[in-house]
Amino acid sequence: MFAYYLDLAFRSLRRNTMLTALMVLAIAVGIGASMTTLTVTHLLSGDPLPGRSQHIFYPQVDPDPKRTDDKEPYDKLDYQSAVDLWSAHRADRQAIVVDSRLKLSDPASGAPPVMSMMLSTTSDFFPMFDVPFQYGGAWSAQDDVSRARVAVISADLNQKLFAGANSVGRTLRLRNSDVRIVGVLKPWRPSPQFYMVAGGRFANGDTSDYYSKTEDVITPFFTGLEINDGSFWQFTCWSLPARTGHLQDAPCVWLGLWVQLDNAAKVADYRRFVADYAAQQKALGRFTHAGNTRMRSLMEWLDFNGVVPSDVRLQTWLSFAFLTICLFNTVGLLLAKFLRRSGEIGVRRALGASRAAVFAQCMVESAVIGLIGGLFGLLLTLLGLWLVRQQPVAYADLARLDVPMFLLTFVLAVGTSVLAGVLPALRACRVAPAWQLKTL
Amino acid sequence: MEILPILSTLRRHKITAFLVIIEIALTCAIVCNAVFIINQRLDRMNMQSGVDEHNLLHIELADIGVTKDEKARTAEDLAALRQIPGVAQVASLNQVPFGNSSSNAGIKLDPKQNLSTLNATMYSGENIGPGLGLQVIAGRDLQPDDFMDFDVVMRAVHARDTKSIPHVIMITQNMAQRLWPGQQALGKQIYLSDIPLTVVGVVKELVRPSIGDDAAKSYSMILPMREARGVYVIRTASPQDRDRVLAAALAKLKEINPHRVVLKKHTFDDMRHDFFQNDRAMAGLLVGVCVALLVVTALGIVGLGSFWVAQRRRQIGVRRALGATRSNILRYFQTENFLLATIGIAVGMVLAYGINLLLMVHYELPRLPAIYFPVGALLLWVIGQLAVLGPAMRAAAVPPVVATRSV
Repeated sequence: MFAYYLDLAFRSLRRNTMLTALMVLAIAVGIGASMTTLTVTHLLSGDPLPGRSQHIFYPQVDPDPKRTDDKEPYDKLDYQSAVDLWSAHRADRQAIVVDSRLKLSDPASGAPPVMSMMLSTTSDFFPMFDVPFQYGGAWSAQDDVSRARVAVISADLNQKLFAGANSVGRTLRLRNSDVRIVGVLKPWRPSPQFYMVAGGRFANGDTSDYYSKTEDVITPFFTGLEINDGSFWQFTCWSLPARTGHLQDAPCVWLGLWVQLDNAAKVADYRRFVADYAAQQKALGRFTHAGNTRMRSLMEWLDFNGVVPSDVRLQTWLSFAFLTICLFNTVGLLLAKFLRRSGEIGVRRALGASRAAVFAQCMVESAVIGLIGGLFGLLLTLLGLWLVRQQPVAYADLARLDVPMFLLTFVLAVGTSVLAGVLPALRACRVAPAWQLKTL
Repeated sequence: MEILPILSTLRRHKITAFLVIIEIALTCAIVCNAVFIINQRLDRMNMQSGVDEHNLLHIELADIGVTKDEKARTAEDLAALRQIPGVAQVASLNQVPFGNSSSNAGIKLDPKQNLSTLNATMYSGENIGPGLGLQVIAGRDLQPDDFMDFDVVMRAVHARDTKSIPHVIMITQNMAQRLWPGQQALGKQIYLSDIPLTVVGVVKELVRPSIGDDAAKSYSMILPMREARGVYVIRTASPQDRDRVLAAALAKLKEINPHRVVLKKHTFDDMRHDFFQNDRAMAGLLVGVCVALLVVTALGIVGLGSFWVAQRRRQIGVRRALGATRSNILRYFQTENFLLATIGIAVGMVLAYGINLLLMVHYELPRLPAIYFPVGALLLWVIGQLAVLGPAMRAAAVPPVVATRSV
């Protein structure tokens, strides 16, 4: 029966190609627009650490003496608080993060130096965020403390400098210091670059830079501070720092601290630990108020920073409104199409077809339109994503269709057309056979 | 043209009529808001910067670093740049308009204030006024003896040595009006942290390097500090010199010290272009969506109109046989479409207003100006009439003889 309905559907679609083309076009354009924006939103709002993100937390304290407890603490930590919390080692894993720009070169090749971003962090960073290595591995906890001159480089940089070969053991010049490469990452592109996200509430929705590529070179935290002294940017300061770019003793916040806490009890313990730390600092006179601590989980932190750019959200709403209009358009056209065939339907009913049969036939026809519309919609989605990739935004290279989104395209297309078909099909199966036969 | 018969017909075709109305309403609502957002973006892209954009070049070099002779080298760079034919002015400064990277500070009117009155960006560097082509509208530009070296000032601030800290400042007109509405700003004092600074000059406009809140886009101040960070602005005598001067300047700077990395080198026109690229992309996308929406809606009206005409062939034949002229039939369908469009537009306006309210809450958009409503209505009426013209002409072409068949 289904095959027969399918055959009828194709016949009917061929009979009025103009109307069919209109419907397919409406669905295809609506699907193309909404799937393009939905794919971008999906890519930008996803979990950068699936399966682990619920164990990752971002503690905050408020060292600014001029502020009070009723305000949101700063998005980053001052040096003393970050190092104190880190060196207590009270979490399962903990890492301080800070990035800075510096001049980088391969002393062996003699090529001119390039400006790169350097991430300075501590050894737990790699296992905590499940960073994949191609060659070598992370430095040790001892290297953190002893300020070892070592570095891990990105797959990109390894390709650029060493043509992708195993470069472990080679030397890299960072500004004026030489470091030994101990590890090379596999291509690693977390979306967003979650560990550096901060200050989203001040960005006015323009957050596309959170989707930048990861840094080219990663050094131990204290090593990085030594190598690139004078080039660190503050998140903000509550009074003027003595030296620009050297923030260890400055009244500034500029460091992020990430901790991994594997179960709820540890999370509660760590919250208490951060609160106790703030209270202790207040007792010591370094903090003027202690109640203002926070510890959000990774996803809460991303949400708090509103990482999905507001333009992307606006585009998603817009495209769904667009799809809705296409839906209403299709309802109208299907109604026209089915009712135009009232005579034919009357004959089928008179020959014994039940209402359900007529309804099923109409629905099959709608679904076929949806499927064809989905196919064209898929092409338009690919075109749309290609257009997004041409845009000069940080997340451009991420805009690709993945399997769930590919399937969703068809589900959405068929769903839309079936939804659009319900009302016209109901009308069609209520056609009175006798009246139609009389007018044939 | 009698409307009552049309209304009674429409009452028999509620679903089809409803579909046309809702499609027009949704299109109206979305297009009104989309065009509004497009206009907002275009306004933003045409934002005044206050600088002589068509004559400016920006060069940024990295890693002069914390070397001992950075001031001497900056002086050498500036002297060399000044020698290039076609260069009118040069300046070494800390940041540039539309440069995206800025240093900002909270400003107080009273040092005892706990919270700052506003947040403004700090430009500093010798010769900024002529170098950027700023227009001083009150007071005076900063003078050579106002200036101090940046690193000296920083040390002085830390040592609380008030002698080596600047005492004067220039601010923009917008900032002055925000701080002292309706008053003369010259001679008034502002506090940067707890350092008092006297306003000696007001510039007409100087946009910030990075713009978060559009309302605060020109809260800029200029401090009399000499900068040696490798950030240079060159003002050419005329726009056609720009490419040549930029190439010559880079060659000259390379010659002075080949070990520097050129971070940025572009004209201000390019900087503006890059700065607003997101706005441009969004506006382009919205234009595309609007056109697509209007086309889809028009095609929908054509499709439904054709269906309607086909369904009513016999009635049309009867009317024609009873003496209705072709133009009567044509008018009938046109009036019908006009009625549906009018209802759709009315519903659409309410929707447009609702969507605008949502956008105001979530995206900090201003209120939709009233002018959008009549213009939107007119646009949809025209599109409706154009779309229905084809089916209506086909209806008018139905011969009276149809009435005699199969009744």
